[in-house]
Amino acid sequence: MSHLPCGRRARVLFLVAGAFVALVLSGAPARARTPADMAVIAWQLDELISLDPAEAYEFAGAEIAANVYDRLVYYNIDAPEEILGGIAERWDIGADGRTYTFHIRDGVRFQSGNPVTALDAAWSLQRVVLLNKGPAFILTQLGLTPDTVARRVRAVDERTLVLETDRPFAPSFVLNGLGSWVSSVLDRQTVLAHEENGDLGNGWLKTHTAGSGPFSLGVWRPNEMVLLNRFEGYWQGAPAMKRVALRHVPESAPQRLMLEKGDADIARNLSPDDQAALARNPAITVRRVPQSALYYLGLNQKNPILARPEVREALKWLIDYEGIERNILQGSKKPHQTFLPEGFPGALADTPYHLDLERARALLAQAGLADGFSVTMDVRNTYPTADVAQVIQATWAKVGIHLEILPGDNKQTLTRYRARQHDIYIGRWAPDYLDPHGNAQGFAWNPDNSDTSPTTLLAWRNNWVIPDLTARTEAALVEPDSGVRRQRYQDLQRAVLADSPYVIMFQDINVIAERVGVTGFAVGPNFDVVYYRAIRKDSGS
Amino acid sequence: MGRFRAPGRGFWGGLAAVPVTVLGLLLVTFVIGRVIPVDPALGLVGDRASADALAAARTGLGLDLPLWRQFLAYLGAVARGDLGMSVLTGRPVLEDVARVFPATLELATLATVLGVGLGVPAGVVAAARRGTWIDHGLRVVGLLGYSVPVFWLGLMGLLLFYARLDWVPGPGRLDVLYEGLVEPRTGLLVVDALLAGEGEVARNALAHLILPASILGLFSVASIARMTRALMLDQLRQEYITTARLKGLSEARVLWGHALGNAAVPLLTVIVLSYASLLEGSVLTEIVFSWPGLGFYITNSLLNADMNAVLGGTLVVGAVFIGLNLLSDGLYRVLDPRTRPP
Repeated sequence: MSHLPCGRRARVLFLVAGAFVALVLSGAPARARTPADMAVIAWQLDELISLDPAEAYEFAGAEIAANVYDRLVYYNIDAPEEILGGIAERWDIGADGRTYTFHIRDGVRFQSGNPVTALDAAWSLQRVVLLNKGPAFILTQLGLTPDTVARRVRAVDERTLVLETDRPFAPSFVLNGLGSWVSSVLDRQTVLAHEENGDLGNGWLKTHTAGSGPFSLGVWRPNEMVLLNRFEGYWQGAPAMKRVALRHVPESAPQRLMLEKGDADIARNLSPDDQAALARNPAITVRRVPQSALYYLGLNQKNPILARPEVREALKWLIDYEGIERNILQGSKKPHQTFLPEGFPGALADTPYHLDLERARALLAQAGLADGFSVTMDVRNTYPTADVAQVIQATWAKVGIHLEILPGDNKQTLTRYRARQHDIYIGRWAPDYLDPHGNAQGFAWNPDNSDTSPTTLLAWRNNWVIPDLTARTEAALVEPDSGVRRQRYQDLQRAVLADSPYVIMFQDINVIAERVGVTGFAVGPNFDVVYYRAIRKDSGS
Repeated sequence: MGRFRAPGRGFWGGLAAVPVTVLGLLLVTFVIGRVIPVDPALGLVGDRASADALAAARTGLGLDLPLWRQFLAYLGAVARGDLGMSVLTGRPVLEDVARVFPATLELATLATVLGVGLGVPAGVVAAARRGTWIDHGLRVVGLLGYSVPVFWLGLMGLLLFYARLDWVPGPGRLDVLYEGLVEPRTGLLVVDALLAGEGEVARNALAHLILPASILGLFSVASIARMTRALMLDQLRQEYITTARLKGLSEARVLWGHALGNAAVPLLTVIVLSYASLLEGSVLTEIVFSWPGLGFYITNSLLNADMNAVLGGTLVVGAVFIGLNLLSDGLYRVLDPRTRPP
């Protein structure tokens, strides 16, 4: 082996090192804070799977669809009970209660330049049913099937779309479904140009967009970023921001640093500690928007102990709602005990339960369980679920209930829950669209409790046989009078609150931290009601 | 430099064992992935989907077939260069891996350059000044490199060099301003930017690289310095060193030429293995720096029961390990005459 003379080697080494340092330092001035016409949002984006509205079933996918596509109708973000016109400027409901006629707005164009017609809207809805992906149930529950959808959803002419449901439903229920992300209107010609093997363009639309919304997809690199470009020809006026960048920043601390440095305008996954720190920073504002997700315990009624009404009630008195909120959740969730979250039409804010050990002991004694009992709980092993479960375990031990925690990752616990193998499941439930039926169906509807039931929602998973509540849920679904319908849902909430195998504990809060001067980031109560169109940045933000 | 000699029979034997090793790796990963009590179809259809939609998704993923048929089907697809679709990203795994691996390659390569550039001299100096404050100081630095959690170190690095001093840019591979300016060709941002003649973008990408690479590099420095010191001490006890000194060679020549030259052979294995382990991806560093690399991809896929992605990632990691091991083995035989067959 030969060697360079030492002096020469050292010189080479220093030269290489010097060149490297110079190159790195010269990189420093090339950095820039976010441009004035670009909004940068730091967010956990790792669950984004598909951008196809007929398939997207995660928060990020639905949110992006909300900004890339239009819908026939929209929820009013400030008053979700009110439905506003979207692509449809108006609509009529037939006397049979089944026929909806939508009149499509004139002059609206897709980002491709193609005009938006009733044909596009009808095809988009048909496509959801034909593809029958995860979120298709929002439309198929209207009685639309792959066999009937072409007949029941049709374009009469370029400006008129007719939709027929299989039976009369509450109009608000139908319109709320059409106001969800799955009902996005696609550019039929563009999508079909990319169809492969009869997939209705699904393969292409997973990673591309073809809409008429205020933004179009520029770049999507999974687990890295999504870049949206402004659509100058948007029918409601072009957005103020030329580009919106969603940057995947999985950890809270880097999100906070980026926000403070001005490398992000908005941060969305801040830990309570970082929120508290930012609250003292005059350059940052933090706001909290209640979200639709609920945190609850599901008590499997197949377990004879949990099937006793006194035990079900006792467990509701054995949760330290305020203590958990104060010490663990710290502003990221708030106590909520009814099955309709705040922000939903007809939601009740009643919170009758609080930690009351004596009352719980008395109820357990009534149930013949004065000495307590043993039970297991399937727990997702991440914050805050695992932390909340541990507090519950400690609290229950005070009345003799031995709670064994069975930790697992989300899909493990969910697989056991869906197979009804749990005693108690602690989990999260988020409705998919802004209509009270979504949660009423989830919590208070179980038409078939057999193992082969085609529906596997929460009442089924917890083996809760409830013919009366099931009938009342179905009655509310078809109630045409919105006032009566609201009352029906409030009655249902009271019934479930009084006695059910659910201990509903908390409602999610979306904590949004923004740089001062950033305005217009509209966040509604559901994940598909988040809009970037009005985002503005004053100078200095 | 020694004369090039062909690798020995052991090398070819090792090469022949590669398919068996890869097959075993895939089989073990596949079986573990299928026996864990998780339904991968849930990720596709969501919590709310009907039993029919869930069953259709399971059929679509081939989960209704017997395990051995699933594995054979997978092997057949792999042989055709098809690693399947990722449930989590909705894209072909091969495409995903081709995107995330260069990010890890960039990081690991720079970290290894730093590790070798600092670790080897540090180890040599520590061995030459054994027992002095320099030796103790370097050992303490090495100990820190081993014992401080990378997660904490990464955050502290961001806090100091990004938030306070403003020397380096924040998390991510590039500032948003430069996004979309360079068409990906190799996936290595710095290289792609240079190929495209975008000097600004290349500098920005390099600036983004320096902090995470330094954090990772510290761990390489620690292990390489420690090994260099041990190997150098071993060499410095040899008689040929005494002979060299008696011949009047300068101490620098003895250290950097003779002792390091002989220590370099086993050191090469250490460096190659350190590089290989960095190419697995460093999950925590990638999370802290929002770096879309292989480690983060595999971990995220694993947490979401995305078994095609896990298998694809495992295959790449396995191939990297096997390839670098063979390379190290080959180089070892080329560089060290004693390992050659007579």
